[in-house]
Amino acid sequence: MRAYKPKDDVQKKSYYNDRFYIKPTLARGSVYDDSVFSADYLSLKNQVEILDSYIELDHLVIYINHQDNVKAIKHLKEIRAYDFMMELTAVDYLASKGGFEVIYEMLSTSKRKRLRVKTFLKEGQAIESVYPVFKMADWSEREMYDMYGVVSNNHPYMKRILMPDDWVGHPLRKSYPLQGDEAASWYEVDKIFGKEARDIVGPELRDSACVDRYDTNRFARLGHEVNKGVPISEGNEPDTPIRYQEEGGVQLFGKKLVTPFDEIEKTTLKERK
Amino acid sequence: MQVKNRLKPFFENITFEREDNTMVVNFGPQHPSAHGQLRLMLELQGEEVVKAHPDVGYLHRGIEKMGENMIYNEFLPTTDRMDYIASASNNYGYALAVEKLIGVEAPRRAEVIRTMILELNRIISHLFWLATHALDVGAMSIFLYAFREREFAMDLMEDYCGARLTHSAIRIGGVPLDLPANWIADLENFMSILEEQIKVYEGLLTENRIWRMRLEEVGVIPPKLAREWGVSGIALRGSGIKWDLRKEMPYGLYPELDFDIPISDKCDSYGRYKCYMAEMYESMKILRQLIPMYHESDTQLMAHAPEYISSTKEEMMTQNYSLMQHFVLVTQGMRPPVGEVYVATESPKGELGFYIVSDGSPYPYKLKCRAPSFWHTGILQDLLPGHQLADVVTIIGNLNIVFGEIDR
Repeated sequence: MRAYKPKDDVQKKSYYNDRFYIKPTLARGSVYDDSVFSADYLSLKNQVEILDSYIELDHLVIYINHQDNVKAIKHLKEIRAYDFMMELTAVDYLASKGGFEVIYEMLSTSKRKRLRVKTFLKEGQAIESVYPVFKMADWSEREMYDMYGVVSNNHPYMKRILMPDDWVGHPLRKSYPLQGDEAASWYEVDKIFGKEARDIVGPELRDSACVDRYDTNRFARLGHEVNKGVPISEGNEPDTPIRYQEEGGVQLFGKKLVTPFDEIEKTTLKERK
Repeated sequence: MQVKNRLKPFFENITFEREDNTMVVNFGPQHPSAHGQLRLMLELQGEEVVKAHPDVGYLHRGIEKMGENMIYNEFLPTTDRMDYIASASNNYGYALAVEKLIGVEAPRRAEVIRTMILELNRIISHLFWLATHALDVGAMSIFLYAFREREFAMDLMEDYCGARLTHSAIRIGGVPLDLPANWIADLENFMSILEEQIKVYEGLLTENRIWRMRLEEVGVIPPKLAREWGVSGIALRGSGIKWDLRKEMPYGLYPELDFDIPISDKCDSYGRYKCYMAEMYESMKILRQLIPMYHESDTQLMAHAPEYISSTKEEMMTQNYSLMQHFVLVTQGMRPPVGEVYVATESPKGELGFYIVSDGSPYPYKLKCRAPSFWHTGILQDLLPGHQLADVVTIIGNLNIVFGEIDR
């Protein structure tokens, strides 16, 4: 029987895991007794419900409900002087938790500190756009939609940004294979010639490591060169040894300098010694 | 065989309110001034831009997806291909993020060499910016001069790591090589040449009437707009906001170094040009301070953290356990602790951040690169309307966008 491979997470996995290995975890500090972030936390707590909060590697991390995202970010921007939103993205937890984490990475240039707001979103749910607060969300939310399929409500232009508009699937999801899926491999053929031409054109060679030495249309072998498209098979390959000096061509080496390569070839190894 | 309707150009699918005689111009993706694969749909009223719609993604290679399917060390050379004009800054940003995640600090000599490479790369990037931007605006000779000096700087990089564009010279935990003999002398020699040459560029451009006419009052980014669009780097400092991560949230050796942050409150392209020129002097100032630091430092190049980082070649060849560890780290990869990290560094383009979510396995669960150029392109849709068509080229060139990192 073949080994079962989960379809919802096709990311590459470690081929070997020690049974007794315990994964270490980064230390998480408490917010309450932190001199830098406690004021931010207490101020935000009065505004929205905070599900979890901790300090990890100099970052305050705050979990909120996804309905509160605009309110929380507006509060942080206007009251707590987090004047930049540096990153907005999602993390795919479809396989383990059935949804996405949406992440807002914020920076305060006046206080010189960073904060991360996180929300959890079930599959199929949409999140309110933070475009009215930070214009950078225009492109970030488009990228998030393109890569993960997380839709933002009330976004001015909710369209794909990196992939073509008619692309199928969301590439950064864990269920999307690294080499692309079925639709990706036929994308150009479907678009230019139509689905019915798939049989005529044939599948694209997507394995970059695959070299067919008898396919003279796509590959040329040094030392066994033939014209393009000439049919060859095993044992039927002409030898064309590499010569550095073309016969009758421009002299590459001065006559005085070195012996021409042809002469070296004629003498056997024994004679040279 | 070809069905004609299926190849309808995309801009016909975009609805513009065409009430009067506006014209839609499709700028790129193969336009020489687009600095890569930028497609810009411009709606023009005469020569004035009414609406701009930047379209990116023509260089999308899925680097983040690749990163999630590679072990941490394997991904490092891929970061070179993001901002290929200054690949050392990508290597450093990524290496620093992973180092913070695993709690490792690079030894001092490695840090000195890294900072040298970063600043040299900043000079290379700024020279490249100056060359291409001036070429776009019409100053052909600057292109030739700046590329000549960039070539000298690239020779230095080549002497150090063998590569000219994609260095991978900064590794997780340190650097693989010490500086070759004579490199410091070559660097000093290069800096003395560059210092004179920058004066030549400034003499040709700074008070040049055409240059000023093309750049002044063009591409004005007010501070409020810059904040909202997450603009960083020189585009931000050109808007009068004094924010350089090397100074404000320092990392590596930068707290020990003495340098200034040039800013301009003009908010226009000319102010940013002044910042770029001043930053090259500052980078040279940093490089000069680093030379004595290099001589004073110990010779260790890679951090000692056997759980995460391979030992030196010598140890590997003499000690069995080091070799076993190396074998495990190469075949399985390091396993950082469970957690998340966001580390931002000041690349020549702006704030380059790496956000890594680790689930304790050798493959990052999520890897996101915060590339500054992404939002510098996004801001074009607010920046271009109201400008003349000729200024579009100035603004694109001036914002120093690199498509390797926008599309990733």
